[in-house]
Amino acid sequence: MTKKTVIEKIWENHVVSREEGKPDLLYIDLHLVHEVTSPQAFEGLRMNGRRVRRPDLTYATMDHNVPTINRHIVNDPISKTQMETLKQNCREFGIELADIDHPDQGIVHVIGPQLGLTQPGKTIVCGDSHTSTHGAFGALAFGIGTSEVEHVLATQTIWQKQPKTLQIKVNGKLGFGVQAKDIILAIIAKFGVNAGTGYVMEFTGEAIRSLSMEQRMTICNMSIEAGARAGLVSPDMTTVEYLRGRRYAPQGEEFEAAAKAWLALASDEGAEYDKTLEIEAAEIEPQLTWGTNPAMGSGISGVVPSPEQFEREADKESVRHALEYMGLQAGMKLTEIPVDYVFIGSCTNSRLSDLRAAAEIAKGRKVQDHVTAIVVPGSQTVKQQAEAEGLDQIFINAGFEWRESGCSMCLAMNDDIVPPGKRCASTSNRNFEGRQGSGARTHLVSPSMAAAAAVMGRFTDVRELAGVNQ
Amino acid sequence: MEPINQFTGTVCPINRANIDTDQIIPKQFLKRIERQGFGQFVFYNWRFDDDGNKRKDFILNDPQFADAEILVAGENFGCGSSREHAPWALLDYGFRVIIAPSYADIFYNNSVKNGILAVKLTDEEVETLLQKSSAPGFKLHINLEQQSVSDDSGFTAHFDIDPYWKKMLLNGWDEISVTLSDEDRIRQFEEKVYGKQYS
Repeated sequence: MTKKTVIEKIWENHVVSREEGKPDLLYIDLHLVHEVTSPQAFEGLRMNGRRVRRPDLTYATMDHNVPTINRHIVNDPISKTQMETLKQNCREFGIELADIDHPDQGIVHVIGPQLGLTQPGKTIVCGDSHTSTHGAFGALAFGIGTSEVEHVLATQTIWQKQPKTLQIKVNGKLGFGVQAKDIILAIIAKFGVNAGTGYVMEFTGEAIRSLSMEQRMTICNMSIEAGARAGLVSPDMTTVEYLRGRRYAPQGEEFEAAAKAWLALASDEGAEYDKTLEIEAAEIEPQLTWGTNPAMGSGISGVVPSPEQFEREADKESVRHALEYMGLQAGMKLTEIPVDYVFIGSCTNSRLSDLRAAAEIAKGRKVQDHVTAIVVPGSQTVKQQAEAEGLDQIFINAGFEWRESGCSMCLAMNDDIVPPGKRCASTSNRNFEGRQGSGARTHLVSPSMAAAAAVMGRFTDVRELAGVNQ
Repeated sequence: MEPINQFTGTVCPINRANIDTDQIIPKQFLKRIERQGFGQFVFYNWRFDDDGNKRKDFILNDPQFADAEILVAGENFGCGSSREHAPWALLDYGFRVIIAPSYADIFYNNSVKNGILAVKLTDEEVETLLQKSSAPGFKLHINLEQQSVSDDSGFTAHFDIDPYWKKMLLNGWDEISVTLSDEDRIRQFEEKVYGKQYS
């Protein structure tokens, strides 16, 4: 029997048609929808008199635009229109929607797993590049554009060329104070922002196996920042136990049968990949980006590099430009960089374990006076769970603002914006120019590194603070 | 979408790698519910300063380049967000062809689906075109059928393109109609997996 990767197994289970000279037509098991990338797709259906083929496999929420202070005051009329439009579209086409008043509302990539909609072996799409998050379950999950959203709504299928497979092996054990975010930032810094272009990544190795589901989600979430449309982890007992009892997961005997099938999807021992890259977990320290793409980063003990360190002229130019935008000088220690804003949230790092990690650092400390720090839980459920544990009080006592769930300051489509020239320690996924606001300077970090930056007023090696609490 | 085969246009170079979709169309302009009208916002933060005045040092603000229809840029063009607003904005502004050494996967798909031809050339060829096109008025001829790019002074290059994408672009097909024209195979798959059909 041919040995196969989880990627090939899922792919083959979903091929509707395969013809020479064409991509494969793949069936989609779960289509997640949000307010920003869907209006034109629904409009297209209406114009052509088409319906949604599988509303039962489609689930919608609103997250990108939603306010995080008072949920019912949407200041921007265009945001409001977009949210209203989603409501109308879901009503018209019979799609289940967790709207702003719904207890399940949250960031689409937080609620899919939380509800048990995300399951191993599924093909999952959403008009959002961070759909790769769901790969943590051993699902083939990738972001699509609005034309593709319309295509999936109308046909429940998508044309896709079978991707090449890329194994990213994280060997050994993680050091003290190092989180999943640090692993993925280190991978991107080492291999670059287009290392995964044309590939689906599978994360393997001892360090990955030891991670919780939420940590795996953080890693798969940022596969796209390394160029891979999808990244995944083979299902194992951690996956199965996470899904047990979740609302949309199979229940009772059906669950046991499903679990058996899920485990069988894991990549076969000795399966071949088109490419393998390796990294040693022990070498990874808490990470920080200094530039304007996620590969422009290093361990916290590092310094801001000089453009002259780079070989290619194009890279020198990019780094020169990035340092100018970021207002940084080559040679500066990363721990000397001050912060003005701290954002803990986003589809990368807004789950309960992320908030716990940040709270552990915040506990008994105070946010520096010049720093504005906000914590935005990934969903209403995460918010409630955190409140039940008293995390909200820890944050509030330390001087953080405790907000309602949504995408928030990750992309600043609502009112949560970093002002021009201000510097933000952010647990999100993109440090692109203008991402958190025009002229805003973003540094990507883990939740505990973000909390450490808030209480110190500058970037700090979190291991120094964590040690004190132990 | 509009078919494309032979196309001649003036060229604008943006010599940067990893131009992400947040640069092509910043998020504050994603709130419209239409497909049209995004061209005015393309590369907004590079074209305009915080007060909305045109930045003099950005090439698209140079009247000699403002009407360009072909964009030449560095590798990994269109990385980042899946927003289709990026190709909508480029197309609405007037770009029909992009030339770069490589593209982010989602952006590439999104472009084809809107009738934008995203041509992949080698690093050296793109470098040559970046230099040549820094002189205003530089024109390129694109022939999709022949898979060629050429200028009036001896530059020619061949590019590869997936035969399926090529056919879609040449014919300007609507992919949903193509898929639904053979709906039986979807029904058969559903019958096999779900034990029932959904149409």
